[in-house]
Amino acid sequence: MEKLQCQCGHVNPPGTKLCESCGRSLTEKEQNSKLVDMRYEGTARRSQTYNKSIIDKVWNFFSSVKVGVGIIVFLLVAAAIGTILPQKAFVPANTEATIKDYYADTYGVVGQIYHALGFHDLYSSFWFIILVGMLAISLIIASLDRFVPLYKSLKNQRVLRHPSFMGKQRIYAEGPGAEDTLKKAEEKLTELKYKVRTDKNGLLAEKGRFSRWGPYVNHIGLIIFLFGVMLRMMPGFYIDESLWIREGETRAIPEVPGYYLENKNFELENYSGEGGEEIFGEALDRVGTVAKNYQTDIVLYKKKEDALPGAVDGQEVVKEYPIRVNQPLKFDGYAIYQMDFRLDELKAMTFSFINKETEDSFGELTIDLIDPKKDYELDNGYSVKLIGYYPDFSGFENGEPQTATPLPNNPGFLVKLFTPETPEGETSFITIQNTVEPLGENDYKLAFQSVETRDVSGLTVRKDSTLPILGLGGLIFMIGVAQGMYFNHRRFWIQQKTDGTILLAGHTNKNWFGLKKDLNQVVEYASLPAYTDQQDEIDKQEKAEKEGEVLS
Amino acid sequence: MTLAEISSNLLYVAFVAYLIATFIFGGAVKGNKEGTFKSESRWGKVAITITLIGFAANLGYFFTRWGATGHAPLSNMFEFTTAFGMTLVGGFIILYFLYKTPVLGMIVLPVALLIIAFASMFPSEVSPLIPALQTNWLAIHVSTVVIAEGILAISAAAGLIYLLKVVDLTKKSKQRMGLEAIMYSLVLVLGFVIASSFFSLTGYEAEFTYVDKEAKDAAVTYTMPPIFGMNEYVALTDDAMTPLVEMPAIVHAGKLTTVTWSILFGTVLYWLIRLVFRKRIAAILKPFVKNVNIQLMDEIGYRAVIIGFPVFTLGALIFAMIWAQIAWSRFWGWDPKEVWALITWLFYAAYLHLRLGKGWQGEKSAWLAVLGFIIIMFNLVAVNLIIAGLHSYA
Ligand code: HEM
Repeated sequence: MEKLQCQCGHVNPPGTKLCESCGRSLTEKEQNSKLVDMRYEGTARRSQTYNKSIIDKVWNFFSSVKVGVGIIVFLLVAAAIGTILPQKAFVPANTEATIKDYYADTYGVVGQIYHALGFHDLYSSFWFIILVGMLAISLIIASLDRFVPLYKSLKNQRVLRHPSFMGKQRIYAEGPGAEDTLKKAEEKLTELKYKVRTDKNGLLAEKGRFSRWGPYVNHIGLIIFLFGVMLRMMPGFYIDESLWIREGETRAIPEVPGYYLENKNFELENYSGEGGEEIFGEALDRVGTVAKNYQTDIVLYKKKEDALPGAVDGQEVVKEYPIRVNQPLKFDGYAIYQMDFRLDELKAMTFSFINKETEDSFGELTIDLIDPKKDYELDNGYSVKLIGYYPDFSGFENGEPQTATPLPNNPGFLVKLFTPETPEGETSFITIQNTVEPLGENDYKLAFQSVETRDVSGLTVRKDSTLPILGLGGLIFMIGVAQGMYFNHRRFWIQQKTDGTILLAGHTNKNWFGLKKDLNQVVEYASLPAYTDQQDEIDKQEKAEKEGEVLS
Repeated sequence: MTLAEISSNLLYVAFVAYLIATFIFGGAVKGNKEGTFKSESRWGKVAITITLIGFAANLGYFFTRWGATGHAPLSNMFEFTTAFGMTLVGGFIILYFLYKTPVLGMIVLPVALLIIAFASMFPSEVSPLIPALQTNWLAIHVSTVVIAEGILAISAAAGLIYLLKVVDLTKKSKQRMGLEAIMYSLVLVLGFVIASSFFSLTGYEAEFTYVDKEAKDAAVTYTMPPIFGMNEYVALTDDAMTPLVEMPAIVHAGKLTTVTWSILFGTVLYWLIRLVFRKRIAAILKPFVKNVNIQLMDEIGYRAVIIGFPVFTLGALIFAMIWAQIAWSRFWGWDPKEVWALITWLFYAAYLHLRLGKGWQGEKSAWLAVLGFIIIMFNLVAVNLIIAGLHSYA
């Protein structure tokens, strides 16, 4: 494509619509239209100029606003589809198979289809992520395509424009003026905070040009945000671990080397509806119990620099802190959150060693359910050997006891009881409900005495180094939208011909109402000719034509 | 009077003031026979003054309730929806002072009344805050969102006026149907209000036990005669009407019953109006928009989105993410309420981009603005009541 030389002598880059210097229309289409398209100042945009190579085609595709809106609408519809049924993260199942069954069982055929289409995990699906990626590409290309020429054009504005340019602006006036009209207009416009430049017989008044960069600033913000989201897929930027910790326990914090956490106490408090809480009485009566506080009192330890691995005294206390919802523990770029809990987990069980017939007791033993010992020696030669421990006993398979989980929900013990009378030992299998004697009738048994419980706190360990990037993106986005939406770019061109006739044109990217309000003040003060809104004229004409058609 | 009583009385005052202002705005618009706008602006001034008084009372309700409950009154369905009615009026006041258009008041105020009445059908007792809500972020996040939604909704009101003016009601068309469907759905909301008030005045209550979708036993109280029964229901109240149909476990038959009664009442009311006026509701309103400048309505609609969009971004996305990061350890979790906030945001982003091209200004924009309001209401009502998630208020 060739460069375009305007009648005024200026040489414009290929694809220009309005001469960069004087504003004359350069294309036939522009010459024939009643109003010029001012959106990008008639500059040459790459996407409107080249359409040969594959790169041009890709560029043009992504710089189109139609395509951009298309992507936004696709995302919007996809997002909505994902809320028809709960996503897999919200259903009470955690293996692929049980999740699949859950959808089928709970929602029938609809659930099966939803699951089969992958909608149960829509937001991490391949195609959804691709769509977001396309949004990012579109943002970048569309912005570059417009920003560069727009910036150049607004930077190099001339004061004097060709009358044909002015005549095709939406706000236009032509008529006789007084001698001092230009000067008074300049005065008034300056007072209204316009930047006024003059050149020979004309002036250009401009206000709020920076608002034109708003969309590009906000798009940059979005791109930074999306970049931050992408980064969290890289190892090291993002940690998300859960940590179940029992009261009294001290545990190494997963993925956080050198730090330990002790759970001193977990507390769940409900609203009582009494004391200062009477005001909630009515609501509590209606909905039942409502939680008031979840709290884990912790001690954070750090391993001393020079401590030997595993040394007990090699830790120093960093902090004591109550972790509550909305009040995570923060240290060293990590945060630990109160997320979940289990009340009254079994901690230890105490049994009495008795003779079944006489019910005489020969002593007691306590089995720690998390870390049981193998042998328990009582006085006078009585002892117990723990042969097998099944913390969450779920039944027998091929005669072998099974455990469903490693959590002590339903402990089962396979024990051998030794007494001076039975040195070979008697085998018995004990669960909370009953005792089985698999190898024949025994003389002795362990009788359940008592149980100790404690609460378990479910914490989440989190590090997210992308947060500052996301925050920056959000901030830039907000600055950009405020810049582009709460301000607007207003311009007036005024020229006085040698015979005293005034030409006036006005343009704004938004808020014509505000532009006219400004102009009315100037018109009154500087006695400018009355202006028309040519868009109104066109609309009226179109309407009249339409009605004419109906009448005829 | 206790602070709580003062608060509910102030809400009542606001309601009455809005009601009066609606009629005066209507009169101002209708009285403008010659199109001189003189009497219109005089009566408009009276009406906006009454609106301002109502709004002051409304703010009074808000802050006295805040004082009485000890937390920002934005924590349950009643409080949140009432606040939306209030910010809707607030948004109208901002745009009234920019453009001085009484006709906007004539449309916005009845909608605000409808929303406040709708809100009052939910339990208005003071809810205790669950741990996740015990933070200043509740006030910061939710109030910003509700202000933004109030402003964005003004764009729908302007759109509606635009459509009332331009859609030809004498010929059958999709547009005419769409417009009447909007009117019909507003009447349905009224139907819900009437049905709820009627059954609560007559003191209807029926208790059932049923088996929920996790196959657990549960109980439910109907406040309207049960048309639909819950899965494997057993009536506990002796003289309760026997449900006509039993629903499967995934459908909450109690809520479905409420919806059905609302539709029944609303539809009857709708046809009564049509019978009395012998016109479509849109046609009843048409004479009021005779002198409307549609360009101005288009501009108001656009301006409302322009003012509301950044506020919405701040409240519904940025503040929401900050809070979610503090309370739930992740700034985004694809919870349905979050997703619908994102959808609303994307929708208005699409609106702004479409308006960059010429073809989408005017009527198409007006339809989009109405659609935006529907999305906001969907998020407010349906997502809270149907798609339960972390944000569920009811
Ligand atoms: C969710 C994603 C997006 C958001 C939130 C967003 C936001 C915005 C906003 C607020 C404006 C200013 C509108 C106005 O002032 O009326 C704007 C302008 C614009 N956007 Fe986007 N945008 C997004 C995606 C895109 C995409 C994918 C494209 C690709 C074509 C795009 C292209 C443009 C263009 C060309 C403008 C006009 C620039 C100008 O007038 O100088 N946007 N965008």
